[in-house]
Amino acid sequence: MQVPAHVEYERASSVDHALELLARSGSEARVVAGGHSLIPMMKLRLAQPEVLIDINDLTELAYLRLEEGELCVGALTRHADLLASALVAEHFPIFRDAERVIADPIVRNWGTVGGSLCQADPSEDLSAAFAAVRATAVIQGPGGRRTVPVREFHLGPYETVVADGELLVELRVPIRPGGSSAYEKVERRAGDWPVAAAGAAVWLGENGDPTVRDVGIGLTAVGAEHFVAADAEEFLRGKAATGENFAEAGTIAAAGCNPTADQRGPADYKRHLVAELTARALRRATARAQGRQS
Amino acid sequence: MQITVTVNGEQHTREVEPRLLLIHFLRDELGLTGSHWGCDTSNCGACVVSLSGAPVKACTVLAAMAHGREVRTVEGLAHGDELDPVQQGFVACHGLQCGFCTPGMMMTSRWLLDRNPDPSEAEIREAISGQICRCTGYENIVRSVRWAAEHEGGARAAGETAPAEEATA
Repeated sequence: MQVPAHVEYERASSVDHALELLARSGSEARVVAGGHSLIPMMKLRLAQPEVLIDINDLTELAYLRLEEGELCVGALTRHADLLASALVAEHFPIFRDAERVIADPIVRNWGTVGGSLCQADPSEDLSAAFAAVRATAVIQGPGGRRTVPVREFHLGPYETVVADGELLVELRVPIRPGGSSAYEKVERRAGDWPVAAAGAAVWLGENGDPTVRDVGIGLTAVGAEHFVAADAEEFLRGKAATGENFAEAGTIAAAGCNPTADQRGPADYKRHLVAELTARALRRATARAQGRQS
Repeated sequence: MQITVTVNGEQHTREVEPRLLLIHFLRDELGLTGSHWGCDTSNCGACVVSLSGAPVKACTVLAAMAHGREVRTVEGLAHGDELDPVQQGFVACHGLQCGFCTPGMMMTSRWLLDRNPDPSEAEIREAISGQICRCTGYENIVRSVRWAAEHEGGARAAGETAPAEEATA
């Protein structure tokens, strides 16, 4: 039988209350929302907070809306709601792609977007998706709000820039014309963590110009720094959106990541997947941006 | 700490440790052993119960997190003496053999049918994809849910309807 070690429990009734509780508990506190990553880690004593601060009542952090040309995702948005949102699918189909293969429908009912990012598991899917679309994280602390690009959000495995006393409250994704996105993942069985996965966002030129004006490539589970394939992005920017260029970008992404062998496969297999999945995600994102695919 | 949880329409107040998991609260504190305790890692789905209207894996939720909320377990699925159409479907179509996964399967199936009264086979398989059955090969479970979809109405009209879903967002 696996049970967490002794822990205190507090339930926050508002964002301000959560910040108060966090300030009182210092570095020994952990925020819990869905808890579907944190509670298993507590059972295994890989995480041993002294205080859990339950933010499930903070419904003010559960929303998906457009604001000033950005898609705003409240940190307490459940995976199931991100998956079901027509608004999200219209602007960033990468999230629908990714959510379809994150855990299973039951886990998605309870797990949250903010929790996934803050858990900072090196194999987490949404971290790569938000990195691909160049999202910004909004973090609230006692002194107010600050913003951090998602590409600077993760300091390493299970470590983020969210400091003691702070709370991730929102993700913001800028909507730019001529763009679309896609996510490709290989998993051993339905609902598993990825063996490897790649997300891509492309922004093409105007009036059917097939030039890649800008591109974002996110990778997960393969040791990519900040979940990003920066060299492959650099290669593609300004080039034509062709299968050959996408294949080359995949090769560059595979060379630039740092997968480790584990029970999900050897490192060279994971590199092979990165090359293939990056190219596929780029192709699908481009087809969507050109209106050839939904 | 003291928590009050509404389970199958009845309020229960207990003194619990904050680390107590919801599945153990239901089974050990309330004696509701219909929900099963399986893998303990939120993979198998034997522990699925409805929390605030949506199915969750109760091995990965603290009992404290259910304080003030509504939980529904398989014990609350029937309408008085009449089995829920989902339960009738599992009987009619041999949707179980050993029965270990069955309570969780039925809770998820009820949730699916409340949102989608006429699910396709693919939709049923997707809905139960977070739950493992080692007896049926899933074929008869899918048939059972289809049976329930086709026979919904009679049993529901006679009994009370399922509690309205609360927003889970």
